Amino acid sequence: MSTATAISAANAAKDLIAVAMSGGVDSSTVAAMLRAQGADVIGLTLQLWDQNRLAGKPGVPTRSTGRCCSLDDVYDARRVAETLGIPYYVVNQQDRFEHDVVQPFVRDYLNGRTPIPCSLCNNHLKFDQLLKTARQIGATKIATGHYARNEYDAARGRWILRRPADLAKDQTWFLFGLTQEQLAHTLFPLGESTKPEVREIARSSGLTLADKPDSQEICFIPGGDYKQFIANYLDEQGERLPDSAGELVSTSGETLGQHEGIHNFTIGQRKGLGIFAPNPLYVLHIDPASKSVTVGPEMELNRASLLVHRLNWIGIAALDEPRRAEVRIRHSQQPTAATLEPVGEDRVRVRFDEPQRAVTPGHSAVFYDGDEVLGGGWILPPEAAAGAMGSAATAQGCC
Amino acid sequence: MQRIYMDANATTPLLPEVLAAMEPFWMEDFANASSIHHHGQAARRGVDHARERMAAFLGCQAAEVVFNSGGTESDNTALRGVLRPGDHLITTAMEHSAILTTAAHLEKLGVEVTRVAPLADGSMDPEAIRAAIRPNTRLISMMLANNETGVIQPAEAVGRVAADAGVLLHLDAVQAAGKIPICVEEIGCHLLSISAHKMHGPKGVGVLYVRRGTQMESLVLGGGHERRRRAGTENVPGIVGFGAAAEIARKSLADGAMERLSVLRDRLENGLLSRIAGCGVNGGAALRVANTTNLWFDSVDSEALVIALDLKGVSVSGGSACHSGATEPSHVLMAMGLDKTRARASLRLSLLKTATEADVDAVLEILPPAVERLRALSPALAGTLA
Repeated sequence: MSTATAISAANAAKDLIAVAMSGGVDSSTVAAMLRAQGADVIGLTLQLWDQNRLAGKPGVPTRSTGRCCSLDDVYDARRVAETLGIPYYVVNQQDRFEHDVVQPFVRDYLNGRTPIPCSLCNNHLKFDQLLKTARQIGATKIATGHYARNEYDAARGRWILRRPADLAKDQTWFLFGLTQEQLAHTLFPLGESTKPEVREIARSSGLTLADKPDSQEICFIPGGDYKQFIANYLDEQGERLPDSAGELVSTSGETLGQHEGIHNFTIGQRKGLGIFAPNPLYVLHIDPASKSVTVGPEMELNRASLLVHRLNWIGIAALDEPRRAEVRIRHSQQPTAATLEPVGEDRVRVRFDEPQRAVTPGHSAVFYDGDEVLGGGWILPPEAAAGAMGSAATAQGCC
Repeated sequence: MQRIYMDANATTPLLPEVLAAMEPFWMEDFANASSIHHHGQAARRGVDHARERMAAFLGCQAAEVVFNSGGTESDNTALRGVLRPGDHLITTAMEHSAILTTAAHLEKLGVEVTRVAPLADGSMDPEAIRAAIRPNTRLISMMLANNETGVIQPAEAVGRVAADAGVLLHLDAVQAAGKIPICVEEIGCHLLSISAHKMHGPKGVGVLYVRRGTQMESLVLGGGHERRRRAGTENVPGIVGFGAAAEIARKSLADGAMERLSVLRDRLENGLLSRIAGCGVNGGAALRVANTTNLWFDSVDSEALVIALDLKGVSVSGGSACHSGATEPSHVLMAMGLDKTRARASLRLSLLKTATEADVDAVLEILPPAVERLRALSPALAGTLA
């Protein structure tokens, strides 16, 4: 037998699983669990953003210690791989991350929307590019540290996505964009575990990072100051922050004050409005065309319905007729009862049983049936939802 | 799984003879080579012997050999020891980061820097360097052979350019040493960097050749070691190992080892070119060292290819590793005019001089299907949300 034949025979034995390792407890534990089950495992870390890129600009230390793709996290992931005795590689996806996550993030804010970079990253990087790279290098599946469950339902002939056993850690809201192809090639080994159980597995597997704190912030904005990030990023690109200063207006159209740019606001925001009023005022609406920001009392934040577009269906192939569902419009919210109505091509109207607070364009609305994710889409601004200003530009959405 | 190492330009293993030469200097002849006693003299003998072997290897005087910690220190010393604010440095756009980063640092301190781009074949045009000379040009720094393409640079012609202009010439010969004969007298360079671990010596040892009479300040200050050109207690086992490696390299160059290696490299290169469509050689039209081939593969991300090959037991390299270990597209290939996509699609295979025909044939079996798999899975997975 030639050398080459011996090598390929040795490699043909088992399926290879690529674990997406961030250097955090969850993904590290996934690698440990799969290894303990005897699987052939490799670790992959996506290098998504260079934390030192904007170093030295206003509000950014010259040597950043941020979380995302920091040297510390890569070091932690590498140490886990060494402890487990698995091959480990860092994959450079900085260009794609900038193009598919960072630039849409900046653009959304400048257009008066509030983006969710995690969902964009899942759709474009983790479950697209990473899976592609994993399969290119010979893996058959990827595994991630998301708290979610997926399984094949033979009756429907579809892969379904379910909320995890630990509902407090449920990450399905960020995963509504997964395609059938992606779900078929993904493992969520933490779906049946609680966070304390995961930390215990990490400890018993000898992982020194078992007590590492969870990350909370937007990974590429360590300090959390997204406004400063947008200014610094545009400055690095040789662009000026577009002048989107305008008026703060009441629901009756009365001018209450001035603001310095619509990117400083998000729906439901109360702080930083700079208006003295007898009762608290909240941002109700951001209009990128007129650059006006409408503010009003909290009760006016409530919306009985919303329109979503750029849909992805998981539990069902399509929505052909109205149906009941539960809907989440933010990660921190429990699903709430609503009716879904198909509205033409690639749009769904959501009618809530109880009006919902702070419907945020740029966010996603995810539809559930019990613990199962039916699908979801991106929330359109209300003018498009009302059909009054449903222009092509508005319908382009966040990417 | 049998592992095949084809990344000799990253580093090389010690040869057994090198290890044997170093062995007495760890525990028996362990002393400080600067000590006057019997123990110290034994260590000093090891250093002196290594220095003579190094002089024979480089075609220089023993007194012109400065031992230090490696190629990076040699490059740093050559630039920072010579250049002062107001001076002009001419270097190339395809240097190792030891030169490029140091040049950028000096630029901030007031040194003028010109980075001359290579020709499309990866070689430098000596006339382009001549054209960059200014009245305040003090130093030309150029690679003797490129680490990524293996292209050998016209050192003697650049040496004449330097001599005509009366400026100093530094050669980064880290990738050339052991692969082509080097004679500093013939080239006419004033400074030359080499590193032990690229030529089967130990890591952490380098040499800076400093032509007698060259004005250069020491980078590392302290005792009067290395004729006051590099302070710090000598790394005696390392220096002895480097001397042994240089001696072996000198003999194997004379014995035709590189001719044999270039046959293997060509077998590999031609085998891949004939088995894989849509690929070609970067720098293939230029004169190259015998062990290196740099290939591009259409519609392939070499980062994934490197990982795929590693999982099949073949160690190669693509681009240069950034701080995290991720791969950046090669600045060398981009300086040659390749676009980012083509640079990202390029793979470097560099053979050890101990490589065998079986190694080459195994890679010829493993690499083509790996490229095929990458290409087959190259289009984005269907159905992803835009």
